[in-house]
Amino acid sequence: MVFKVELPHVGESVTEAVIGKWLISPGDQIEKYDPLVEVITDKVNMDVPSPATGVLTKILAEEGETVLMGAVIAEMDIGEEESPATSTESPAVEAVSSSPSASRIGTLVQGANVGPTGGEFVDTSLSTDTPVSASANSEAGNGTVRQKGFSPVVTRLASQHGVDLNSLVGTGLGGRVTKKDVLAAVESGGTEAASAGQYRLGANGDDEIVEPSPIRKMIANHMVKSMSEIPHAWSAIEVDVTGMVEWRTANKEQFQSDHGVRLTYLPITLAVVASALESNPRLNSSWHEGKIILKKAINVGVAVAADEGLVVPVVHGAAGTSIVDLAGLLAGVVDRARSSSMTLEDVQGGTFTLNNTGALGSVWGGAIINHPQAAILTTEAIVKRPVVLDRSGVDEVVVRSMMNICLSFDHRIVDGAEASMFLQSVKSGLEAITLESDLK
Amino acid sequence: MAERTVIEAVRATMHAEMRRDDSIIVLGEDVGSRGGVFLATDGLIDEFGESRVIDTPLAESSICGVALGAAVNGMRPIAEIQFADFVWPAINQLVGEASKVRYGTNGVKTAPMTVRVPYGGGVRGGLYHSQSIEVLFAHTPGLSVVAPATPYDAKGLLASAIRSEDPVIVLEHKRTYRLVKGDVPDEDYTIPIGKAEIKRPGTDLTIFTYGLMLHYALQAAEMAAESGIDVEVLDLRTLRPLDADGIAESASRTGKALIVQEDTPAVSISSEVAAIIGERCFFDLDGPITRLGPPELPPMPFSPLQEAAFMPSPEKILAAITKLAEI
Amino acid sequence: MSATANIPTNSNQFSGEQLSGERLLELYRTMVLSRYLDERVWLLNRQGKAAIAASAQGHEATQVACIEATDPSKDHYLIYYRQFAAMIALGTEPEEMLRGFLAKESDPMSAARQFPLHGAHPRVDLFNFSNVIATQLPQAAGVALADKLKGSDAVTIVYFGDGASSQGDTHEAMNFAGVHKLPVIFFCENNRYAISVPIEKQMGVESVASRAVGYGFPGVQVDGTDVNAVHEVTKAAVERARAGDGPTLIEASVERLLPHTTDDDHTRYRSAEDIAQMSERDPLLILSALLKRRDLLTDTEDEEIHSAAKKRVNVATDTVDAEPYPGTETMFDHVIEGSGNGGNS
Repeated sequence: MVFKVELPHVGESVTEAVIGKWLISPGDQIEKYDPLVEVITDKVNMDVPSPATGVLTKILAEEGETVLMGAVIAEMDIGEEESPATSTESPAVEAVSSSPSASRIGTLVQGANVGPTGGEFVDTSLSTDTPVSASANSEAGNGTVRQKGFSPVVTRLASQHGVDLNSLVGTGLGGRVTKKDVLAAVESGGTEAASAGQYRLGANGDDEIVEPSPIRKMIANHMVKSMSEIPHAWSAIEVDVTGMVEWRTANKEQFQSDHGVRLTYLPITLAVVASALESNPRLNSSWHEGKIILKKAINVGVAVAADEGLVVPVVHGAAGTSIVDLAGLLAGVVDRARSSSMTLEDVQGGTFTLNNTGALGSVWGGAIINHPQAAILTTEAIVKRPVVLDRSGVDEVVVRSMMNICLSFDHRIVDGAEASMFLQSVKSGLEAITLESDLK
Repeated sequence: MAERTVIEAVRATMHAEMRRDDSIIVLGEDVGSRGGVFLATDGLIDEFGESRVIDTPLAESSICGVALGAAVNGMRPIAEIQFADFVWPAINQLVGEASKVRYGTNGVKTAPMTVRVPYGGGVRGGLYHSQSIEVLFAHTPGLSVVAPATPYDAKGLLASAIRSEDPVIVLEHKRTYRLVKGDVPDEDYTIPIGKAEIKRPGTDLTIFTYGLMLHYALQAAEMAAESGIDVEVLDLRTLRPLDADGIAESASRTGKALIVQEDTPAVSISSEVAAIIGERCFFDLDGPITRLGPPELPPMPFSPLQEAAFMPSPEKILAAITKLAEI
Repeated sequence: MSATANIPTNSNQFSGEQLSGERLLELYRTMVLSRYLDERVWLLNRQGKAAIAASAQGHEATQVACIEATDPSKDHYLIYYRQFAAMIALGTEPEEMLRGFLAKESDPMSAARQFPLHGAHPRVDLFNFSNVIATQLPQAAGVALADKLKGSDAVTIVYFGDGASSQGDTHEAMNFAGVHKLPVIFFCENNRYAISVPIEKQMGVESVASRAVGYGFPGVQVDGTDVNAVHEVTKAAVERARAGDGPTLIEASVERLLPHTTDDDHTRYRSAEDIAQMSERDPLLILSALLKRRDLLTDTEDEEIHSAAKKRVNVATDTVDAEPYPGTETMFDHVIEGSGNGGNS
């Protein structure tokens, strides 16, 4: 087996040596540690010991030749043995200069070594294959960081700027409110310090502390982000949905047997809203880095109460899709939401959100916009009310099915007039439906 | 039970220990016939003889080096350095050698030796009979350093030091020798090395201190109570290892820390205590960690006005208490 | 430049009594083994494997002969970093020595926490706490003090060089030992160089032993290359000590054949002639010649002793080379509990 003999490091700040005299000839046998070759540097002359037992086969550096440290100077045949580990040179480190000039800092001299008491020792102990017995790193334990409580600087800033610390979600270790959190709240016009009264902030007495689930934390952060970034305004109108109710009541069984999908009001309102968004594109946009981005696609998210909290699966391309198809899409996506098996596509790309708060009986709702959209619409409960209608010039009180729809909108993008126009679109779309309508 | 001064407690402890264990020997300058310049070893040579109570040549390095050699060969020596100011030649044998015996021999050799060192000022001692020397020793892994300030603690800590299997430096503030008198039980007891003690419980702020300053701090705390400030006083008692848990518990509870020390503050015990409080009690602090110490000049001038200006006093401590309590 | 050699002759000081042939051969074998191992360690340093080494080449005779006069089953040996041959003479295996030089985890003296030859020996009471010069002398006085108090007849031998004799601790230790007539032998191996400082710059007197009179006990000079003379002198000092008659200061004159340590280059301060001349006082050559003169050793047997030593050293080197370094998990062993403060304790 061929073994390459390298010139070892022999002195401080010495990078090369001259081959003085080969002490054996090719073909000679030599034992490990016996002197092999004499080398000459400007500091010291020394005999280089043979790194292995074997036969010298080739001399690669001639007497009188200048050779760099680490260069191969000879080859040996060491028989069947494994070649012993050769020392490797650790890479030279170049100094990095900062503000002072490099010459003022100085640079590292390649190959310069210092032994334990001066001298020229080049340590190879960690560069060989020498085994190391189990080397677990024992780290000195740090004192535990308390996660609760506000640090001195947090309380100071909070009191200086009137920030209610309890309204902040902490981004520090363990949910700690950090200095940055307070400063961020200050910048985005954080809430006024709530009057603490005579109670301490946080848990008092028997109060129970609940650790929020990851989803709840996400929702919390999302809501804070939306409320603190988007200036919310709100508008609402009443919609007479008597016709839609009659239509649905008459058609739901047929619909179910024809299409295998339950017919709710949702695909109908969704179709109407999508159409209204087509004619009111500002409601289908997003404020981004000082610009209004008008979204081409109309992807309406539908709020669903899943087990772990509110989720908003998205119906892509809601405009121009038939009610039948919308019903099918909705059924699928809502089903996946409720069974926690939504795909990434299900939740991405929404441009507007529809929330059927009426399903739980709400008649007025002020929803929080699904950041970074421009608006969110709620459909409230359908309630039979006495309503005044003009029947051929005469005011009559009749019982009609009434549904309020409420719009929260980003007042940077949309003014009251535009909001109202959008609401009128939706209203007229829904009120156009009668028992005789042929909806697809 | 008896009422003893600190020096009486020290002396009684050595008598009792030497009776209990005849591998204990005492060595130092004037410790024999003279009984020590402070009478710490008075009577020992009469009871135990010259072979166990050795008047050494005037040579501190060898006092400690010989003690070390005897300690690794089965004895339990108590070396006395006559004044802390003279300990410097022995740094080599204590910091350089004794501290590393166990570690450097991988546990094969141990050095159960005690070095008693009278230290501290306020005795018109000038620059060479007033020094506080704790810092170098308290910095050294392999050494333990205790600084009892009461007769009760002097007995308990000296006994622990003597019985320890490793080198312990016992710092006795020379002003407390006769100044402080207190109850000392006759029966055998030890105080663990590494435990601080709350000498006065309180709620508004904690004073962390040791040595003579303990007594000044207690006086200041009494004065502060008249103004309605409730001061807790924690006696560190051991300077290495510091009782980090005890320090942190008190600082967290009161929320305000005042560290009082006779040694000059830069790079001192108070620096380390402040670091511990900063690391562990950050969220519980209601005011800045405060240190009270003498001015940064060689301790301490011989003339009376300047010595008084140098030394912390109960009045100076009271002023610091009041200021911190107000924040 | 070379230091003045003040080599005492042994003709008028000693009885000329010789150790037995068998003992002389045994000492010779020990010296040869020490020499090969010593050379090997130097080589390992040049290979980057042994970080530091101090050679005992030139000191072998005095070290083995001194030990020969003592009783390793009860006596105490406070060595310094140059006692390579003494350790071999006290039964330290070549593997054990190499473990120290190669900093391997099974180094018996200190688990490689310290320089080689530092720590405590596993089988005899030999120890060396530091490579601070002369601190071992007061410690030796303390060890001897304890023996006196215990009524033990053990003797403490403390080794040091000519440079160490200048330290304050040396004066303090000898003074204390003289006052208390302690059973301690102060054994100075004077090779006339403290790294590069020659003896005439180290002391105002010509002989370290001459100072003993200042401490109230005898001082003896001896040719450190003469095993019989060193043995006789040490034996007398040991008997003195065991009998309770107090300390002795022995000064053995030797040559430091190699530089101070592997980090030194003695051509910087010693002339080529001086260095060459030293080899005339190579104790191996001197003893080998004596053995051959007395027909206790033939050339062939001599070669066999050399080749056996070389083989032994090779085996030891290969064995220890493959052993592991101490892992970091033992780094905190024997650290006193409670060390470390604050947030990291």
